[in-house]
Amino acid sequence: MKAFTYERASDAQAAVRSAVETPGARFIAGGTNLLDLMKLEIEQPQHLIDVSQLPMAAIEPTAEGGLRIGAAASNSQVAVDARVRAGYPVLSEAIVAGGSPQLRNKASVAGNLLQRTRCAYFYDTSKPCNKRQPGAGCSALEGLNRNAAIFGASPACIATHTSDMAVALVALEARVETLNPSGDVRAFPLLELHRLPGETPHVETHLIPGELITAVVLPPPPKGGQAYRKVRDRASYAGGLASVAVAGGNLALGMVAHKPWRAVDAEAALAAGASPAEAVAKELQGASPLGRNDFKIPLVARLAAAAIGEANGRGV
Amino acid sequence: MRTTITVNGEARSLDLDPRTTLLDALREHLKLTGAKKGCDHGQCGACTVLVNGVRINSCLSLAVAHDGDEVVSIEGVGTVEKLHPVQQAFLTEDAFQCGYCTPGQICSTLGMLKELEAGWPSQETAPGADPAFTDAEIRERMSGNICRCSAYPQIVAAIKSAREAMA
Repeated sequence: MKAFTYERASDAQAAVRSAVETPGARFIAGGTNLLDLMKLEIEQPQHLIDVSQLPMAAIEPTAEGGLRIGAAASNSQVAVDARVRAGYPVLSEAIVAGGSPQLRNKASVAGNLLQRTRCAYFYDTSKPCNKRQPGAGCSALEGLNRNAAIFGASPACIATHTSDMAVALVALEARVETLNPSGDVRAFPLLELHRLPGETPHVETHLIPGELITAVVLPPPPKGGQAYRKVRDRASYAGGLASVAVAGGNLALGMVAHKPWRAVDAEAALAAGASPAEAVAKELQGASPLGRNDFKIPLVARLAAAAIGEANGRGV
Repeated sequence: MRTTITVNGEARSLDLDPRTTLLDALREHLKLTGAKKGCDHGQCGACTVLVNGVRINSCLSLAVAHDGDEVVSIEGVGTVEKLHPVQQAFLTEDAFQCGYCTPGQICSTLGMLKELEAGWPSQETAPGADPAFTDAEIRERMSGNICRCSAYPQIVAAIKSAREAMA
């Protein structure tokens, strides 16, 4: 691990200022992904600003009937919260489908959203990767790309976003609250946080330098049933091949794109009276598999149709 | 950086390079070598300790970030004269072979039993229901602790008998 300096933030404004003013600064909360990557020298921050002790770990009801989840809350805190389990079961189910209990106890909500891809070539520093080293090339294009994206990829990057939590949050139409270096608070749909890779896969979000995620805000629980389904190579504690979150009439897919994928074509088809299988087939018309990951097409077709059926069963 | 962590009930003050993980602080600085370094990447669980009562991977945690925290490692769980019921159950049920993962398995068990007691759901829990103390729940909740000797059936048995002994 490269050397770095460390500060524990006691004030969010000061943390954001420090992030802008200090070269090579990064925020750290749980650190379960960042420290892993720092040990591999894939991440090499010169300065860490520890935001885990800032007063932003609370889960509170909003005036609109939703829930405001502090960015520093642990993944476990969110998954076990009685209000989350009652009103947003898809979120609780998604969180406990990811990582191990030890990781969920440590990992923060914002850290989960900002986790990096698990693409094998991103992790292998002996191979070119545009995400690690812009302009180096993508080894996955012609390589072991069984778990690559089927939606929204580019010739520069075919990696996927691997969060479970974010998939459920997108289906629930969550918003992200941030504090930016000029002291302004802004809120925007989580769906707009992550970028597709395009020519710049190393730029993964629309956050501006120094901008700190302070909370995730859930609208009131949607009408209709909810369900989360995930498929992976082991029954537990393994990265996903594909996942599906259903929240009422909303559908989001995980591990199939560079960001949580809101299946808008499927949603429109469902709203127009299509069967779950027909609706998912509509979405998959826009997919571009690469050969080794062709299996994700029938996998997502069956998984999403099953999840929609399950959610409908629970919503009655 | 000056960092004070309460380890197994005793305040320990250390001067640490910020890169030092909690695991290395325990093992290399405090010579508490019970918590093990298996993968050093949060995949095997051999480094599991309890921080403020909650189980975490000490290898994926900076020691300086735990200034003021209370850490319990396997050395704080029982004594040779008076084993903790979970330790005794691992012996009785023969729940290890080489023993390298065992301190992590035992610390993880302690955290897991508290989580189960508090009604935390896992992916084995029926939606909206309280978790049941089943083999499937135990296996799922212990999936962050790998045992290369594959003593899994005995580990499940040990956890069940420990819970009875602790009731």
